Amino acid sequence: MWDLCTNALDTAKLRGAPYGDVRVMHLRQRDLTTKNGQVGTLAQSESIGIGIRVLANGAWGFASTDRLTRDGVAACAAQAVSIAKASGLAKRSDVVMVPEESYVDSWQSPFQKDPFEIPLEKQLALLLAADEEMRRVKGVTLSETDMQFRKIDSWFASSAGSRIHQRKVISGCGIAATSYQGGEIQKRSYPNSFGGQHTLQGYELIESLDLLRHAPVIAEEAAALHSASQCPEKIGTLILGGSQLGLQIHESIGHPIELDRVLGQEANFAGTSFLTLDQLNQLNYASSIVNVVADARLDHGPGLGTFAYDDEGVPAQCTDIIKDGKFRGYLSNRETAHLIGLKRSSGAMRTESWNRLPIIRMTNVSLLPGTWDYDDLTDDTHDGILMETNRSWSIDDRRYQFQFSTEIGWEIKGGKKVRMLKNPSYSGITTEFWNSCDAICKLDHWRLWGTPNCGKGQPMQTMGTGHGASPARFRNVRIGTAFSNQ
Amino acid sequence: MKSLSKTKKETSRENALGADLLSANELRRIVGTVLRLAKSTGAEETEIHVDEVANALTRFANNGIHQNVAEQGITVSIRTVVDGRTARATTNRLDEDSLRGAIGASLSLAHSQPKDPRLLPMPGKQRYGKVNRFIPQTAELSAEDRARAVRRACDLALKKGQVAAGIFSSGQSQSLIGNSRGLFAAYRETHSQFSITMQEDPAASWAKANSSDFRKFDLLKLAERASEKAHLGVNAQELTPGRFTVILEPAAVLDLVGFLFYDFAATALADKRSCLNDRMGKQLFGKNITIADDVYHPLQQGMPFDGEGIPRQRVLLVDRGIPKSLVYARGTAKASGKAPTGHGFALPNEYGEAPMNLVFGGGDSSLEKMIASTERGLLVTRLWYIREVDPYEKVMTGMTRDGLFLVEKGRVTGAARNFRFNQSLIEMLKNVELLGQAVRATGEEAFEMVVPAMKVRDFHFSEVTKF
Repeated sequence: MWDLCTNALDTAKLRGAPYGDVRVMHLRQRDLTTKNGQVGTLAQSESIGIGIRVLANGAWGFASTDRLTRDGVAACAAQAVSIAKASGLAKRSDVVMVPEESYVDSWQSPFQKDPFEIPLEKQLALLLAADEEMRRVKGVTLSETDMQFRKIDSWFASSAGSRIHQRKVISGCGIAATSYQGGEIQKRSYPNSFGGQHTLQGYELIESLDLLRHAPVIAEEAAALHSASQCPEKIGTLILGGSQLGLQIHESIGHPIELDRVLGQEANFAGTSFLTLDQLNQLNYASSIVNVVADARLDHGPGLGTFAYDDEGVPAQCTDIIKDGKFRGYLSNRETAHLIGLKRSSGAMRTESWNRLPIIRMTNVSLLPGTWDYDDLTDDTHDGILMETNRSWSIDDRRYQFQFSTEIGWEIKGGKKVRMLKNPSYSGITTEFWNSCDAICKLDHWRLWGTPNCGKGQPMQTMGTGHGASPARFRNVRIGTAFSNQ
Repeated sequence: MKSLSKTKKETSRENALGADLLSANELRRIVGTVLRLAKSTGAEETEIHVDEVANALTRFANNGIHQNVAEQGITVSIRTVVDGRTARATTNRLDEDSLRGAIGASLSLAHSQPKDPRLLPMPGKQRYGKVNRFIPQTAELSAEDRARAVRRACDLALKKGQVAAGIFSSGQSQSLIGNSRGLFAAYRETHSQFSITMQEDPAASWAKANSSDFRKFDLLKLAERASEKAHLGVNAQELTPGRFTVILEPAAVLDLVGFLFYDFAATALADKRSCLNDRMGKQLFGKNITIADDVYHPLQQGMPFDGEGIPRQRVLLVDRGIPKSLVYARGTAKASGKAPTGHGFALPNEYGEAPMNLVFGGGDSSLEKMIASTERGLLVTRLWYIREVDPYEKVMTGMTRDGLFLVEKGRVTGAARNFRFNQSLIEMLKNVELLGQAVRATGEEAFEMVVPAMKVRDFHFSEVTKF
């Protein structure tokens, strides 16, 4: 692979590009699903190719190909240079990047059990058994399960001399029970909705989930939701479960701190951000107990945003985003770091595949644990609603106003869960919401959740991001708006 | 490793700055090779999908190009059947060893599962309606052509004191399906898209067009429209949320109603996850709502066959407000005693099918007439981040974006801050007062459709944001 990389960089230099970086990537994926006791999807895929990014005449060009011959790669490199020169016809200013060392390294994400070595029969048998457990419950009209495994090798080389090989193994799994009754559809998922939990781990993730124990629980809840009370509409106290809080972090902290959005580079599609440059180190983003980091290091955990180097060859870092409630940092790359006067990229350039340009993406954007025991938190809540497992999510294009709904809610009165609530939802303005946080559970309840489906960029790229969170409490939140006035 | 693809044609591709697609003969050769290799493996039936793209996209922001990309790639996806079981494996390597490996992986996956009693034999040879959606002038667009066009749009923004961001993309793709029963379906198309956001702090507005023929849209006109609306949006006032009469431009209609159509899959009804369960044949929408799925419509794009190679049929989904028909893949058609409509996804899958070429019946109104007829309402340019809140009542939430304007006494009187909506699509399609001419519309939340602008009463906005 290194020969192909060198070939690409040499061609680009010869054609007039003083800087270039290339990624050869080999992606392998396996997808298994079941539905109502039958196998649904059963598929495996592999894709290998090269993406070449060059800087010529002060502007960027990128081309990719799956023709991994000497001639194919050279033609692709020449095309990248030609595109960069075309970019120069409508450039605003010359691209400048902050400096970065070059690295020669090889890294593999740790895992205990290679999911591609586990017999398919065993994987399917587990999914079919979980599927059956859900269907045993009266009222369940649709049972679904899924597993997904990925193995991604990438070879990064730059004209500055970096040669970095990384291998990542990613696993994901989830189950869901749906109940249709009396003109109403209710659904419960485990361990999370929209495909379950996804981490940078091997098959040990699947084994840790204990699907067979949870399958009947969510099935019973899906059926029971029909007779639960409607979530009331009010201003009140809200406790969010960890996975829902993970998505709240993703949407209302993770996206607005992306510096490409802040600088207008995503204005036509993903949107911009309310976190304009004057807010840095000034804005009280959250209450003083809130601390958020963007941490791509393995020390943070096996998240979908964990790696050794980003796709620009910058080592994984931990960046303070919110420190004691104050807004402290952005997610940047080498180009945007220069534009706002930073000395170094925060290492957040990531690409979905060999045929996509790396762009600024979340790594693991996590809320650090607080001090509360979960039982103490509920005991301390006199009148509130606990919401768990996302059902819908939406936020405006500058990331101010959001609305989420979850699969299930629980009314808390006098420190006790007193009744199930259906169709729970809440909404708010990002900074008002985070400033209303008055309790965060401690490390024992903290989990690094995976969001495998974050879409951004044109052409669209899907990226996995990590979000550590433990349950937390928020005061004076607008509750029940999604179903108001229907 | 023996290389299949190292042909004269490929050498020319490698040397070209803009890649061409493989010829029909080369595609047939790939299919023939896979079928030959599969014969000796014990596969009882074999299906091959070949998909190839050569796309380019120029992206601009802050009045200049900041990203500019091109991609070329091909995938070969192989489904085998053995002893009543089926599975799929996909590769982008065309040498015989890799294709043999993909066949082996497909068989191995198939063997690992229980027998599927519902699995049908693969279909044989089919006849397809003709569509011509390959425009050489679009295929020939170069990075320089796109850069010059972007420059003109950015120059307009600079002249107006505004900031432009957007994309100009072009490309070509082809898809082929062949199987061991003699089915062979091939399709190629070109595509182009221009999208522009004009920003005049604190406002922004947007325009977008999409076609197989880039000459069908006028980039500067789109830029001018976005520019004018951005200027109009500068002094937006905050209104109290509530129920409003809205005039939805086609892109706003498209992105909302796009969430309705997976419910027209026969599989969705069988799974009881469709909003049409217990509602087929009833007056669900207003009598002015008629919707068909029609891949042959002149404003539509896409291939005239489905993921199993079955020819797409025109299907009348909603007739004067009454849901009349569903779409069926072969498997769901057999289970329901119906004929397949050519809307199935590639097997194996759990979703079955979906209509992909929606065409709404239009009306004789227009945006101008809708505005003129409105005592008080809102003109909506575009919607954003739409998600489903209630799957049966089809309540959707989302935001207005890039141009929300107050209409009073028959004219636009100013801009309004963006609203969040929580609105049932079923209720909305009962409340349509006026329809414009159906046009090819493109947004960001749903695939392209032929839809009209709509004037809708009692549209529910629940909250307001800060801009």
